[in-house]
Amino acid sequence: MYKFIARRLLSTIPVLVIVAVLVFLLLRLTPGDPAAILAGDAASRDQIAQIRISLGLDKPIIVQFGIWVSHILRGDLGESFYFKIKVTDLIAQRLEPTLALASFTLVIAVLVSVPLGVIAAWRFGGWFDRALMGFSVLGFSIPVFVLAYILIWIVSLKLGWLPVQGYKRIGDGFWPFLRHLILPSITLSVIYIALIARVTRASMIEALGEDYIRTARAKGLPESRVLIAHALANAAVPIVTVIGIGVALLIGGVVVTESVYAIPGLGRLTVDAVLARDFPTIQGVILFFSFVYVVVNLLIDLSYVIFDPRIRY
Amino acid sequence: MDADAFSVEAAGVRQHESAWRRLRRNWSVRIGGSVLVLLVAIALAAPLLGTVDPTLFDAGSRDLRPGMTGQITTLDGDTIPHRFLMGSDSFGRDIYSRVIYGARVSLSVGLLVALLALAFGISAGLGAGYLRWLDGVLMRFMDGLMAIPGILVAIALVALWRGSLTTVVIAIAIPEIPRVTRLVRSLVLSIREEPYVEAAVSLGTPTWKIMFGHILPNTIAPLIVQGTYICASAILLESILSFLGVGLPPDIPTWGNIMAEGRVQFNEYPHNVFFPGLFLAVTVLAVNILGDGLRDTLDPKMARRV
Repeated sequence: MYKFIARRLLSTIPVLVIVAVLVFLLLRLTPGDPAAILAGDAASRDQIAQIRISLGLDKPIIVQFGIWVSHILRGDLGESFYFKIKVTDLIAQRLEPTLALASFTLVIAVLVSVPLGVIAAWRFGGWFDRALMGFSVLGFSIPVFVLAYILIWIVSLKLGWLPVQGYKRIGDGFWPFLRHLILPSITLSVIYIALIARVTRASMIEALGEDYIRTARAKGLPESRVLIAHALANAAVPIVTVIGIGVALLIGGVVVTESVYAIPGLGRLTVDAVLARDFPTIQGVILFFSFVYVVVNLLIDLSYVIFDPRIRY
Repeated sequence: MDADAFSVEAAGVRQHESAWRRLRRNWSVRIGGSVLVLLVAIALAAPLLGTVDPTLFDAGSRDLRPGMTGQITTLDGDTIPHRFLMGSDSFGRDIYSRVIYGARVSLSVGLLVALLALAFGISAGLGAGYLRWLDGVLMRFMDGLMAIPGILVAIALVALWRGSLTTVVIAIAIPEIPRVTRLVRSLVLSIREEPYVEAAVSLGTPTWKIMFGHILPNTIAPLIVQGTYICASAILLESILSFLGVGLPPDIPTWGNIMAEGRVQFNEYPHNVFFPGLFLAVTVLAVNILGDGLRDTLDPKMARRV
């Protein structure tokens, strides 16, 4: 088992290196002086010269990459010229809302989608199954921001139950914090629910066709126990995998949802940085999100050892 | 197919016919396809559908509700009466005309992105699946590209290159390439073990002829399905980029741009957001339903997996 964990840990290194190369090349392959782009439109000649020296832009491109990576490894993502602070500090400031939104969404999505998928597989081909599949296609197709506006219009404007937009820190009290997160989390969870429910259903249909299910039923076990302890436990690996893959959807959705609901998180920061052409921040956010995505999927792969003890690489 | 010309080719023709008939009988293909054909017709016939130039405006016709009548000023300076089927925006532009012309942008972006991603993905996948020396390097590169959430790649590229139809299409296509590459590679790896490929190899057929003459034709069905899904997600992503203000320039009427302009006064005039949103959702839904139908009929192996 330790060998598997070690090998899986090592295999993330090339992925992270390629991500770093791609983010690095993003700026170098763009026409124009990287130092001028990084310094922003309003920079003075001295500032540009200073950036050129600190990035080693007069040296060969391989050396430049080395300098850049060594900066990142030391936790230095450069300075945002738009917000006038270090990119790492900026990310730390904006982390809480995004983390709250993403965790809420994840919890809602898993709590809703897994039972739906299990029931659909249990009644495979029935009206519930077909309704869920229909909902799933709809969930993939309706754009996050269209859904956001439909919900805002009904729940906030017509019914007046929840605030239209904004964010309250958890330090300002738990209820205001929760009230501001309900709509964004529901909005963001729909596509995630569609994805997980689909995979849960497919994985459960396969598990329910196995011999041990027939044996469990023949033993006279209650149906709920057959479904959960026998079928779901064996169907868990694909479900957990898709939850990990779906984190990419979640990150994309965060960017849009935070913009619509005016939540000052990392997604909003990404859009603000792009609109201000603040490249140190854009690079930093992309690196951060990709790192989170890779680490989440690493942890999920490692969790297979728990979910499926048969897995021995 | 050269090896066993008579029976295999005959079977191939019959399979081809039945695939076409299966397609026409499939309800997902029928519904998704008809809606999509209708949308394409609307996009092509935009000037004939009672629209005006989507950039025309009139200060006297600002913020009209759907169905109200106002006026619009043409480029020659003439002011003509105009009925605003979907209302007008805060400049007095006709939402109906903008939404109809927006269909052209969305559908062409979807189609172009799918073609571009397929072209690059097929080349890379054939290379990785058939040329062993290329496989390791290329697939590690694709793994890295897949580790960056697609929307971020697209946003960053458009920000660097500034938005135009070409840059938006390329920026949306790039994060789709790794998925196509993986699909083609896995198909190639299984097809190259088939007897007819082995037969071709043993007859001394050149590598390029095996790749394009024997392997590529057998990857077409799953690729059509994949291309449909790419088209749907490209239409979505283009509208997201426009909506966030980092896509096509605001003077081009795209559904995302119309919604971005409408969001400011969403509380009072939700029609600015809802009409383009409705068209967007219906279009993506139609493409996705068509994709599901194509998957069930053309690619039964994949249908069983999902």
